[in-house]
Amino acid sequence: MSILDKHSAYRHAYDTLLQHGVDPLNVRFDSVLSPTEGMLNGRRTILLGTNNYLGLTFDPDCIEKSVEATRSQGTGTTGSRVANGTYDSHTRLEHELADFYGRKHAMVFSTGYQANLGVLSALVGRGDHLMLDADSHASIYDGSRLGMAEVIRFRHNNPDDLHKRLRRLEGMPGHRLIVVEGIYSMLGDTAPLKEIAAVKRETGAYLLVDEAHSLGVLGETGRGLAEKAGVEADVDFIVGTFSKSLGSVGGFCVSDSPDFDIMRIVSRPYMFTASLPPGVMASTLEALHKLRTEPKLRSDLMRNAHRLYDGLAAMGFETGPEANPIVAVAMPDQDLAVVFWKMLLESGLYLNLALPPATPTNVRLLRTSVSAAHTIEQIDTALAIFEDVGRRLGFLTDERRRAAGAL
Amino acid sequence: MGPLRSDIADIFEQVLGHPVQIADNTNIVEDLGMDSLGVMNFVMAIEDFYDISIPLDRIAQIITVGDLIHAVEDLRSGTPS
Repeated sequence: MSILDKHSAYRHAYDTLLQHGVDPLNVRFDSVLSPTEGMLNGRRTILLGTNNYLGLTFDPDCIEKSVEATRSQGTGTTGSRVANGTYDSHTRLEHELADFYGRKHAMVFSTGYQANLGVLSALVGRGDHLMLDADSHASIYDGSRLGMAEVIRFRHNNPDDLHKRLRRLEGMPGHRLIVVEGIYSMLGDTAPLKEIAAVKRETGAYLLVDEAHSLGVLGETGRGLAEKAGVEADVDFIVGTFSKSLGSVGGFCVSDSPDFDIMRIVSRPYMFTASLPPGVMASTLEALHKLRTEPKLRSDLMRNAHRLYDGLAAMGFETGPEANPIVAVAMPDQDLAVVFWKMLLESGLYLNLALPPATPTNVRLLRTSVSAAHTIEQIDTALAIFEDVGRRLGFLTDERRRAAGAL
Repeated sequence: MGPLRSDIADIFEQVLGHPVQIADNTNIVEDLGMDSLGVMNFVMAIEDFYDISIPLDRIAQIITVGDLIHAVEDLRSGTPS
């Protein structure tokens, strides 16, 4: 008997995966060469599953700023801002984020996960109601458990179901906070934000949007889905991360809410963890500057997203509902999903194998995420590898291809 | 309790696609062979049927059919959790 025996169901599921001779949850790169390439088992591999949307992880300016800041301010803050104080770069980063979003306030966290934990646990408490989309990210679910609010799930992307559930709460005291995501990380679908904003206005709820996967991706200036949907005025809180389009690590929240700064002394995930190191903040600031001044990054990204999405759909693969930088291909069963993923990897293409319970509605996904840094040739190579594996496995049948209009 | 249990049996049947025998001590996951998605669909169907929302922490406490009946009765009568 071990203290970890309680996880035996997971152990069993994991062992089943390992029997295929791969460990999709523990891929070990020999080295990472660029935003789009790494070495894996001695082979040059295209990275098509790293959420590196703008491809800024190797940007020379971002690297230079990071190196400079590390030299001048050191490798770490060695503690929380409450204890060790605020560096100039914390203040500047918060100022730049508030300016970018046109909001009064901004607050940075040490990871995106902690941003959701820290913000959700501070915004709602006992007697309040937290309305979560059923397909919310783990950090949103975990954040909901840190506070004492009642948590109610509504059907994924279903404003009518949300409305119905808010109506059931009529007459009960407490605040209501609706939480949705700009782009959902598994299927790449966006929230119907206009309709959700209408429900929010009608019911007097607050609205928080997690733009983790949509910052720098959606909207005229890259502010995300709220900007694209034209409902920024209805969104009370925006949460996001630096670890995708901005190529570093960390999280943030922006808002016009009065008393916003009280979160700095009540939000435990903010107070009781070391703050971001100067080198991380310096590259993030530079990446944010590039996001704002180089719209070509966004257009290149969407060009690649459409090329991959359209190409896969035309071959007869079942993709998500809309073309976004997350392109997910549904597999009919787990064995095929694992074998398909393994063969893609052996052909020099890295992406994510996403399995239940991490996926919505029990689907098995080959999940890709494209980058602005991918060349058209790399996208076409990825498509060719998908087609080759699909044929070798007998998955891309003539019937399937005909149905997709490919024959 | 009678009509409530028979309604719940009907909803189980709709979600699982086959008739089920339930009693108060029936374990929803182990005895009825539901996975987490099945449980979620089932909970949402129950919520629609009774026009209630079962908060997540209440769902976590529901192990048996009897627990479910108690939760539905509480929520319908407006008793706080």
